[in-house]
Amino acid sequence: MTGSIGLLLGCIAVLLATAILAIGLGRSGRATQVIYGVTAAISAVALVAALTQLLDALHDNSTLTLPLGLPWIGANFRLDMLSAFFLVVVNLGGGVASLFGLGYGTHETTPGRVLPFFPAFLAGMNLVVLADDAFAFLFAWEFMSLSSWALVMAHHREPGNARAGYIYLVMASFGTLALLLAFGLLAGPDGGYAFEMIRAVEHKSLVVALVLGLMLLGAGSKAGLVPLHVWLPLAHPAAPSHVSALMSGVMTKVAVYGFIRVIFDLVGEPNWWSSIIVMFIGGATAVFGILSALMERDIKRLLAYSTIENIGVIFVSLGLALAFEANGMRLAAALALTAALFHVLNHAFFKSLLFFGAGAVLTATGERDMERLGGLIHRMPVTSVVFLVGCFAISALPPLNGFASEWLVFQAILQSPDLPQFGLKLMVPAVGGMLALAAALAAACFIKVYGTVFLGRPRSAAAIEAREVDHFSLAAMSILASLCLLAGMFPGLVVDALSPVANSLVGSGLPRQAEIAWLSLVPIAESRSSYNGLLIFAFVALSAWLAVFFIHSFASRAVRRGPAWGCGLPSLSADMQYSGDSFAQPIRRVFGQLAFRAHEEIDMPAPGDMRAARLTVTMRDIVWDSIYAPIVRGVRFVAKRLNGLQFLTIRRYLSIVFAALVTLLLVLALWA
Amino acid sequence: MILDILVQGLQMAAVLLLAPLLTGLVRKLKARLQRRQGASVLQPYRDLVRLLRKEVVLAENASWLFRAAPYLIFAATWVAAALVPTFATGLYFTWSADLIAITALVGSARFFLSLAGMDAGTSFGGIGASREAMIASLAEPAMLLIVFSLALIAGSTQLSTVATVMASPDVGLRVSLGMALVALIMVAIAENARVPIDNPATHLELTMVHEAMVLEYSGRHLAMIEFAAALKLLLYVSLIACVFVPWGLAQPGSGALAHILGFTAYLAKLLVGGALLAVFETATAKMRVFRVPAFLGAALMLGLLGTLLLFVSRSL
Repeated sequence: MTGSIGLLLGCIAVLLATAILAIGLGRSGRATQVIYGVTAAISAVALVAALTQLLDALHDNSTLTLPLGLPWIGANFRLDMLSAFFLVVVNLGGGVASLFGLGYGTHETTPGRVLPFFPAFLAGMNLVVLADDAFAFLFAWEFMSLSSWALVMAHHREPGNARAGYIYLVMASFGTLALLLAFGLLAGPDGGYAFEMIRAVEHKSLVVALVLGLMLLGAGSKAGLVPLHVWLPLAHPAAPSHVSALMSGVMTKVAVYGFIRVIFDLVGEPNWWSSIIVMFIGGATAVFGILSALMERDIKRLLAYSTIENIGVIFVSLGLALAFEANGMRLAAALALTAALFHVLNHAFFKSLLFFGAGAVLTATGERDMERLGGLIHRMPVTSVVFLVGCFAISALPPLNGFASEWLVFQAILQSPDLPQFGLKLMVPAVGGMLALAAALAAACFIKVYGTVFLGRPRSAAAIEAREVDHFSLAAMSILASLCLLAGMFPGLVVDALSPVANSLVGSGLPRQAEIAWLSLVPIAESRSSYNGLLIFAFVALSAWLAVFFIHSFASRAVRRGPAWGCGLPSLSADMQYSGDSFAQPIRRVFGQLAFRAHEEIDMPAPGDMRAARLTVTMRDIVWDSIYAPIVRGVRFVAKRLNGLQFLTIRRYLSIVFAALVTLLLVLALWA
Repeated sequence: MILDILVQGLQMAAVLLLAPLLTGLVRKLKARLQRRQGASVLQPYRDLVRLLRKEVVLAENASWLFRAAPYLIFAATWVAAALVPTFATGLYFTWSADLIAITALVGSARFFLSLAGMDAGTSFGGIGASREAMIASLAEPAMLLIVFSLALIAGSTQLSTVATVMASPDVGLRVSLGMALVALIMVAIAENARVPIDNPATHLELTMVHEAMVLEYSGRHLAMIEFAAALKLLLYVSLIACVFVPWGLAQPGSGALAHILGFTAYLAKLLVGGALLAVFETATAKMRVFRVPAFLGAALMLGLLGTLLLFVSRSL
């Protein structure tokens, strides 16, 4: 069926044309509506095409070769189950972001810096997922990176954004370099860059190991694995909010796609020890990401750190799938892989929703600092409800979707005592504990976000005067909130849709869920474990209704408003509330010493001294300090030394050239 | 099938009716241990009725979330408590949530409670919510590791299956089970805000956790929250009973006699559990808030050790 791949490539072509059109439209007033309208429509078409492919019972793959790219293989594109699933994620995210952009984009101060790159970014992500040879893949990957970099730099005059863009650019180049080497190793000396050729070759175990390392560097740096995550909390928040949502919710998933494509599809049989590395990095990423999020005051940076956590969860699950696959446990591998893919989808839903919510708050108040917000539940009734849904979902609480995928990950962990290797036996429970810790901290983190931003009393004039945002933004957020609810209530249907994807990668899918009574989720067997989001939702709703009904029939209905209890103080100012920082203080005391070398200094003036008391908290980014800072220092040192070579006389240059020539010849002579 | 649903309904009603009684029992026993007369064991029922009759005083800044949260907290806790086997296993809806889901459902209730604490915009609600978050961030992973231990022994996360396996003679005494039991008790104490983590009887603001969060609640809302707290205590006692003393549980399909026997056994278990809790609470002193991480860290390590042992050998 070349029809759907042709259609998808056509969509990409239209997106690219839209990007050029956006340059042409320039500053015209209707440009925002036109561009986002077109991208929304195109994303919807591509979404339908990808969904048809994913849900198509035949599961046939279609390929297409264009006479572009490397002359001896052309540009190959392929639509299979894996790419169909990720196309669904990309285009769903893209479509909803466009819808949000229709409203949010009208507040943009420099639309000319956003509009051309937004469709280009969408096109780049679609192309990565469709690419079927190394050249096309890398080209699309770089295109995606550069267009998103341009979006990060949209507000380049705001403090910190230029640095964010620079670090992003460096890390993206580094990642692409790693990918380039990985594909070079896979293609071998004959230059078999088409994925078809790479798949056909049996790779040496050294090559497999190197490729795994390079993919962890290349795809991992884009996805935000610790310690390659440093650019992510800087760059994602710097972009306009709907682009942040795309970068966090979707682009990191494209990186996950790259990892799955190479490691599960192209390389072939994995080594069991490689799974330990992936799982450990994933677990560390999850815990470190969410701890960093908890310490954050800027709402968008907090969300970016939380993305790092979720990527960690996904990689843990992928690592489990590798471990099971290496030991021939196909059903368990399918369970772990399905859990990972389900979490990919869920994270795309709720992280986009939360970034949109942050964008809405930014529109309404102009603030990203949570300590200057508060009480928005009174001012923004709809946003506060959908944002609550997002917070609830990302905290992995039933009956929403985040819990369904984390539950599957835990079920996969419980399959692992059957693994023969001792290293894995010791690793898996530890990683399970880390995941559980990350999930619990995530709940704390999003209680902090919601409690500080939407509850309590407003902490600034901007928060007092906040207004609900436009209908397009609300529609986009409501769609995502409903999807969170639906995926949580009917996880079995999602698992069924993912089954062909797992089947194509690990040779087995989970048993069909749609026929199970009451639409329960039963990954292995009912005697082992089952979960029914729909029933839990129904039970809780029913019990709550019963309680409300009973109370309103029999109990007192009197309500009186009064001031909150303030220990007898006459008036409580908004600054006397608990702030986000104070909310996180107990957790900082427990984990901060280890993770951030957190240090509290209290300056308490003596009695009679009229100075104000001060509490200073210093936290250090240990990843930056221990890895990146030395590299930066090293580069500076070398650059300084080499700087001396820049302004020499011609005689000195000639003598250096002569010395270099002699040295080279000597080396050659000795070698031969 | 109608009979099955009836038994399930009976369980839902039973946990609802017994929960305040258990709280009253613990209070009475504690009072007697402190050589006080103490209120009647029926006092919690009277408190609930009294609260239901009173008017609600809402803080000026309270939003709809503050008013909706008590019902949601109550509903989530009730559903979770009704899904733990009390007097019979294999109830009609047991498969709709396994132990992980029950734990998470309690987490959902906590999520709303913490948010409600932050809604009024006072420091007490915030201090309670933030401490609760810290306690939960350690108690939940510990609980999950305990679930892992139990699931590895029983080969299932389904509570009915776990209870059946635990009742069978081939489980025997295991190191990992002992660790899981100790860890589960520690988690249960923390989750229910009992001494030494928190004191349910205190009203000294700076030492409170749970009570600080609900400080702004009154009337029927407070009744719902108190009820939910009682249900949660019952939930954890039932959980420990059903996993570690699973004897007397009626099997699915067994006759009325077995169910009556199971119910009597359950009442006896509640009595013993409540008595042990009262003795423990009387014998220990409350610890400082920042000693709590060490306490829960121990539970976490015990859970992890138990799970690791089972990963190494299924027979440990």
